[in-house]
Amino acid sequence: MADQTLNAEGLNCPLPILRAKKTLKGMSSGQVLEITATDPGSVADMAAFCNQTGNELLSSSSEGDVYTYEIRKA
Amino acid sequence: MLDDSQLENAKSMSIIVTKGTLDWAYPPFILGTTAAAMDVEVTMFFTFYGLVLLKKDLDLGFSTLGNAAMEMPMMGGHMKMPNMVSMLPGAGALAGTMMKNLMAKKGVASIEDLREAAVDLEIRMIACQMTLDLFEYSKEDMIDGIELGGAATYMENALKSDINLFI
Repeated sequence: MADQTLNAEGLNCPLPILRAKKTLKGMSSGQVLEITATDPGSVADMAAFCNQTGNELLSSSSEGDVYTYEIRKA
Repeated sequence: MLDDSQLENAKSMSIIVTKGTLDWAYPPFILGTTAAAMDVEVTMFFTFYGLVLLKKDLDLGFSTLGNAAMEMPMMGGHMKMPNMVSMLPGAGALAGTMMKNLMAKKGVASIEDLREAAVDLEIRMIACQMTLDLFEYSKEDMIDGIELGGAATYMENALKSDINLFI
């Protein structure tokens, strides 16, 4: 179960990443953020963001037009 | 807060921003804010026509003149903008409004939003002092939190940056 959720649906690059960063900033280490987005580019970008920042991408999935990510804050 | 070892390992990027039209404002702000979100230390140096991007009141447009690659989606197809269109009074403002409407519809951030994100993400933004003098602007015309500097200020920063871009 996520500690916090972020709805980034309808937002285009780079807003899902910027919103994710902003939300993570207010969370504690180890907490999980669940993000939903509709930007197909966010699949590659969310993985790259997590690789670079050390936050752990726990899951990346899609259902219909909606992509869901779970990120554990480093 | 980063500790000393993290600071030493922190990546950095500088961008020289030389263009202030609506279309050209996007690449530096998108890359700058995204890099900062990825823990990269970012410095943006605004010079010549890029300087207007720091003004308190943004009024960005762009020209369809000589913009041969520009195709706007229209009624299911794409329409090129003939050079003649740019001669019509108000064409630049109209093209700017059309582009802004299209961007809002597609969930693309406004330049105002991206610039606000740049401030939030503590991007170092430097206005070129010479350009300020040349085009008769003062620091009061610009948003808060910016620095003034010149070529040497930029160079000092660029020499220790991992990535240096000129846009």
